[in-house]
Amino acid sequence: MAVADLRTPGSRVAGVLGRRGRIPAAVLVALLLVAAAAPIVAPRSPEALDLANRRAAPSLTHWFGTDELGRDVLTRVLYGARVTLAVGLLSALVAAAAGVTVGAIGGYAGGWVDAVLMRVTDAALTVPRLPLLMIASAVLNPSVPVLIVVVGLAGWMETARLVRAEFLTAKPRAFVEAARAAGSSAPRVIVHHLLPIAAPSIAVSMTLAVGRGMLLESAMSFFGVGVQPPTPSWGNMLYQAQTTMSSQPWLALFPGACIFATALCINLLGDSLSQTTT
Amino acid sequence: MIRYACRRLFQAIPLLLIVSALVFGLLHAVPGGPLAVFLANPNVRPQDIERLRHALGLDRPLWAQYLAWLAAFVRGDWGFSYADGRPVLARIVERLPATLELISASLVLGAAIALPVGILGAVRRHGWFDRITTALAFAGISLPVFWLGLVLQLLFAVTLAWLPSSGRASFGGGDLIDRVEHLVLPATVLALVHAAAWSRYLRASMAGVLEQPFITAARARGVPPSALLLRHALRNAIVPVLTIVMLDAAIMVSGAVVTESVFAWPGVGSLFTEALGRRDYTVLMAFLMLSSSAVVVLNLAADLFYRALDPRIEL
Repeated sequence: MAVADLRTPGSRVAGVLGRRGRIPAAVLVALLLVAAAAPIVAPRSPEALDLANRRAAPSLTHWFGTDELGRDVLTRVLYGARVTLAVGLLSALVAAAAGVTVGAIGGYAGGWVDAVLMRVTDAALTVPRLPLLMIASAVLNPSVPVLIVVVGLAGWMETARLVRAEFLTAKPRAFVEAARAAGSSAPRVIVHHLLPIAAPSIAVSMTLAVGRGMLLESAMSFFGVGVQPPTPSWGNMLYQAQTTMSSQPWLALFPGACIFATALCINLLGDSLSQTTT
Repeated sequence: MIRYACRRLFQAIPLLLIVSALVFGLLHAVPGGPLAVFLANPNVRPQDIERLRHALGLDRPLWAQYLAWLAAFVRGDWGFSYADGRPVLARIVERLPATLELISASLVLGAAIALPVGILGAVRRHGWFDRITTALAFAGISLPVFWLGLVLQLLFAVTLAWLPSSGRASFGGGDLIDRVEHLVLPATVLALVHAAAWSRYLRASMAGVLEQPFITAARARGVPPSALLLRHALRNAIVPVLTIVMLDAAIMVSGAVVTESVFAWPGVGSLFTEALGRRDYTVLMAFLMLSSSAVVVLNLAADLFYRALDPRIEL
């Protein structure tokens, strides 16, 4: 550890990312920056209609073409990135918070508490995720914040199992026993001693949860039960584009390629993280 | 073994009860309940809605409705579709063959891709073939299924016109070749995502087995390389992968929802999306119960299978 501490923070980050994790991480950061700066960098307004220029193929004025109302697709892809990335990132946070809570309580308490929590986890894992989310979304008609919570709550199970497993193996170890013998309360032992042990695997599962949340949002929006128009998300742009796929393929190609590229970067990053941290 | 299977099935009952209560509560939480579609229709009078609500038993407390539903469900009475008034069970049964056909084709196709890729990748680890297939596998895992479907449809059905874009057969039936042509695109879409993951698992599992001493011993005895790989290594390496394949077969029911809708495949998955659009609650409920039960049964099957193939595993 002493050697690691002598290094600069930058090199430490690079070490965690790993050789294969650097490029995907850089792409994701660039994407986040562009999405955050969408009002500045986007060529026009996402809702600006140009009825004379409807369904225009990609050109120098409209790099990604225009849609059925003459809106600029590049602009909508940039604004869609904000929604889709926000759903991915924030739903992963919700999933991690819920998963860590359930897993930590189950793993620390053990006994019947653990048994009940794990049965519920099993039940939640049994229901097919996408159909359940589609029903929930059709019933609740959620705004984007509610959608984030709903998608997040559908993804806590994997993290809960992981954290529980880490807690079960770490709990009998001497330093935990020492902390408890020294009079540390249960929350203190969990937060200061056990969670740091589980942190690397939580980080990996959160990375994967970002990709999954993003794909779930896209799939739901693709079926018209996710993010509602006129707010653009990559998924609902595809929903609107699928009927005109043969005559205006650019409407579907660009948002889909963005979903694919982002999910690919997240998966590569997650894979690299799991190798450097464990 | 049989006692274990019985115990596991018994444990699955409370699991499915939790699932059904959860979904039932969710479906009936919507304002207006299953009759919400009629509320917006100006041709339906309020007293008609009241009459319908009473006729369908929707004016009773939620727990009573749930118990009534549960009692009927376990007897095989899955209710009637709100959309066309036909029994839900009949609607599902008529759609089931198409979905089973699609899923089996995808399983076979996925295995046919994953087997050679996983084996060769493990044999020549970090070689050019392994590098390329690793990159492709990551791409495969990251592909949004619905988009892959649209792109393949555009490429092979619209631009090249090699394959039909949707449906299960041409209008007015169709012979075997016609059926297979319709099956190719949806089965490929459903298979690719899973094949990518399976090839990675098989590669890892195979690489582990190839380092074992008994492989070195067999090689020293002069066992030919093909027999070494297939009879000695693969037999051991495939066991954990097969269980993953069985678990994925249950997950494919979800994937089928997306794939069937994109390709207008007349299976249970597209029945689900139709039912969702019309808020056909009895059908949605039956779909979720059916797919959850499939997960439970295949989970159990995977465990038993694991035990049967590898006697070292204690259950």
